[in-house]
Amino acid sequence: MYRYDEFDHDFVKARVAEFTDQVERRLAGEITEDQFRPLRLMNGVYLQLHAYMLRVAIPYGTLNSRQLRMLAHIARKYDKGYGHFTTRQNIQYNWPALSDMPAILADLASVEMHAIQTSGNCIRNVTADHFAAAAADEVADPRPYAEILRQWSSVHPEFSYLPRKFKIAVTGAERDRAAIQVHDIGLHLKKNAAGELGFAVYVGGGQGRTPMIAKKIRDFLPEEDLLSYTTAILRVYNLNGRRDNKYKARIKILVHETGVEELTRQVEAEWEALKDGELKLPEADVRAIEAYFAPPALVARPEGDEAVKTARLDSRSFGEWLDQNVLTHKNPDYAAVTISLKGIGEVPGDATDSQMEAVADIAEKYGFDELRVSHEQNLILPHVARADLKAVYDALVEIDLATANSNLISDIIACPGLDYCALANARSIPVAQQISLRFASLERQRDIGELKLKISGCINACGHHHVGHIGILGVEKKGAELYQVTLGGSGDEHTSIGEIVGRGFGPEEITDAIETVVDTYLRIRNDRTEKFIDAYRRVGAAPFKEALYGSEAKAA
Amino acid sequence: MKILTANRLTDGEAVWFSTDHRWAETIDHSEIASDKAGEERLEAIGHAGLANNEVVDVNLIDVQLVDGEIRPTRLREQIRAAGPTNRNDLGKQARPAVSRAA
Ligand code: SF4
Repeated sequence: MYRYDEFDHDFVKARVAEFTDQVERRLAGEITEDQFRPLRLMNGVYLQLHAYMLRVAIPYGTLNSRQLRMLAHIARKYDKGYGHFTTRQNIQYNWPALSDMPAILADLASVEMHAIQTSGNCIRNVTADHFAAAAADEVADPRPYAEILRQWSSVHPEFSYLPRKFKIAVTGAERDRAAIQVHDIGLHLKKNAAGELGFAVYVGGGQGRTPMIAKKIRDFLPEEDLLSYTTAILRVYNLNGRRDNKYKARIKILVHETGVEELTRQVEAEWEALKDGELKLPEADVRAIEAYFAPPALVARPEGDEAVKTARLDSRSFGEWLDQNVLTHKNPDYAAVTISLKGIGEVPGDATDSQMEAVADIAEKYGFDELRVSHEQNLILPHVARADLKAVYDALVEIDLATANSNLISDIIACPGLDYCALANARSIPVAQQISLRFASLERQRDIGELKLKISGCINACGHHHVGHIGILGVEKKGAELYQVTLGGSGDEHTSIGEIVGRGFGPEEITDAIETVVDTYLRIRNDRTEKFIDAYRRVGAAPFKEALYGSEAKAA
Repeated sequence: MKILTANRLTDGEAVWFSTDHRWAETIDHSEIASDKAGEERLEAIGHAGLANNEVVDVNLIDVQLVDGEIRPTRLREQIRAAGPTNRNDLGKQARPAVSRAA
């Protein structure tokens, strides 16, 4: 796995020292809040409803056990015994004191972690497929490129004050598990006919107030041109992106207002001047970084097949977990495991300090010390021998993290919402909990099949509701919470933005409304193999509207 | 009716300006402004709190008296005054009743 080099070490150390000094000066009253706010935001420190919040970067969601143990330690020592994994593959702490921030950041730095560029109008944590280096369908590991982008974008002088924040995601498989088409730049790593690596480049996707699907501006960009082309895009954006209106400042608006043809022309023109310069990636450097991400030596464990077969016969719940939470690995003796942080009725994405420690132990013992955070707010063990799956399952049962619901309706993405977030209009967590409890029966969930339900507590869409098969958006209407339902969104290689189905529902009605939507799907689907999203795409919103609003829908 | 709220600089704790002229950790004994003059007085106190680096994010918020208890009008402020609605063990609501009354 990638290890920080000397430059990273010195840089992070210097940044901790600098921020420590800034915090001390703030606490001593030497700098005002107005002066301090941008400084704390540059270091991932927000002020929320109840306390400060610290967002820690987990580059492309990749962690080792030592790092996860440190995250647990921070949760225990400086917070209230838990952390919240986010849709940006990061972790947030909800209760840290400002006066503890220097100590927390020093602890993080001791395991090569930090909170830099988790806020502000800069290039944020680059995200990637959480099954990178493991998934059977992958062409190549996207993380070396995410790492190259991370190094290049860290305190990039030209791109530290962009019109608005900027998010890049990379996938290395046809099946897009990184939602690249709703990012400012989405990169699809693939091979051309000659077998060379390169990227399809998507620009201008995003969620929030104005959701947009990214436009493909290049079908194949050679690997060596990654940084020069990205720089060209960022330059065009930095120069022409709107700074007059916060809500129109993302690159998606620029793409929309300029038109994709003209924007592509501008990017290509800018690139012409850059492509043969110093940003061209030397082959040797790429291979060197790639070597950092080399998968562990996976020794042959052919006994796995038999072991899994026997254990499945022994335990039905283990069998269900295998069906739902275990993904086919490149190596037939191995599997990738999703550790669901979506226990029935639990808070999506939350993990306690002791759960984190136990997961770190499992990763160390059975998972080659590798862990991932998924943008769906789960944890991943990318490499587990099939022969060890039962042991891993048993260990997860011990800590209540063996819920077999990956990709099912209770595998809900939910942002912190009004229970924590200063920007929220409505609560997200209790809605997720109610829905999870309503659909608690695993049998029922499995009958419903793949269904991505995503909830945001305001239009900023941190909960990705626009790309939920069912999306829920919390708004405030006349001082009360109201939930708008969108249907038909999707955040994969067939990205679509969900459509608002009709008037919103109160907190007491929303779970019933979701159940009505699900029951309607069950009624109209051709058969069990037709997923919710496919059925929706076939029939459209009409039967759902009819079921939700009855005659009201006809009149409208 | 309005009261004055903020977050304490050092640890971010939600606080309210109380009748005994300090930033209290619970809402119960907040000083209430019932007219323009009262609001202006609270606003000035808020500015001072910000200027002397005691508190940040200072706001006047609307409240009602419900059975003699101060209750914020907006849900957002109700949640600040109590804690996350999904975790009764966190935030002000988790405090023993004695200290809440104090
Ligand atoms: S979507 Fe809104 S409420 Fe939810 S975390 Fe983001 S800003 Fe907060």
